[in-house]
Amino acid sequence: MIFGRSERGRAPVEPVTLKILVAGGFGVGKTTFVGAVSEIKPLRTEELLTEAGRPVDDLSGVEGKHTTTVAMDFGRISVREDLVLYLFGTPGQERFWFMWDELSTGALGAVVLVDTRRLEDSFAGVDYFERRGIPFVVGVNCFDGADRYPPEDVRQALDLDPGTPVVLCDARDRASVKDVLVTVVEHAMRRSAGHRAPVA
Amino acid sequence: MSGDRQGTPHWFDDEAGPVVRPYAMTRGRTSTAGQHRLDLIAVVVAQPHAAGAEADHALSPEHLDIVGLCRDTPRSVAELAAELDLPVGVVRVLIGDLAEEDMVRVKRPVPPAELPDESVLRDVIDGLRAL
Repeated sequence: MIFGRSERGRAPVEPVTLKILVAGGFGVGKTTFVGAVSEIKPLRTEELLTEAGRPVDDLSGVEGKHTTTVAMDFGRISVREDLVLYLFGTPGQERFWFMWDELSTGALGAVVLVDTRRLEDSFAGVDYFERRGIPFVVGVNCFDGADRYPPEDVRQALDLDPGTPVVLCDARDRASVKDVLVTVVEHAMRRSAGHRAPVA
Repeated sequence: MSGDRQGTPHWFDDEAGPVVRPYAMTRGRTSTAGQHRLDLIAVVVAQPHAAGAEADHALSPEHLDIVGLCRDTPRSVAELAAELDLPVGVVRVLIGDLAEEDMVRVKRPVPPAELPDESVLRDVIDGLRAL
């Protein structure tokens, strides 16, 4: 154990880490989406929460507090040895929204996955990222057997800002998911260029 | 959830999760002194001199697991929590202990207020396309 892979005197590379969030309603394909591009099988991390999700300094007298766990699935893409992108599926249930604040802090951007048969399930995600000014892309997951709608129709139905990209995708397909992620990063770049320009 | 529908905002039995038992490993602490909240993608690396961590009897088996996992490969907080099958909050406290003892270093991600350099974003795009 002491003789690891790292060579003597050579510190392991510490990568720059980035994250993109994958939001959307229950069963819309978030974990499938993450799994399609992740180099690892999506891992599950859990957070233990007190009733109101408030941070507590210690848990003495905790008998009267109710706790629950929130699961977040995530995957990893090593862009380079020193550059790693993490994809986090956001917890679906509304009562865990406060977890999104933690997840979205420092996020490069987000994908809101949409099932056109249950469009309303995505309203919460769209609303959340719009309000916080987090660059996001709407990915319409084209389920087998579901009617196809042009992206413009989805845009209208969701009342999106004109700049928000809408892309059709297949959460099971690696190439398709890659395209969605590229769109997110490009969108984030445009947004940041737009923000920087007036300052310069 | 059926409980919600009956107007009870609480979770019962298994639904409530393993209540606070995992926090026994942190002796009930949910944070460590002088520590900012560690991001899920903060990277943890074992210090070279942490090889002797096993001899430190103040450290729990879970502390040693973390040092062992980070010895050769830097790992994110999220990965450590998943691999140890512990709640993120518990792992944060344990990492805080180890950082205080100088057994590990923690590399924080880009500060939330700023986006990474455009060149980094371009690298991400190129990297994704090349996958």
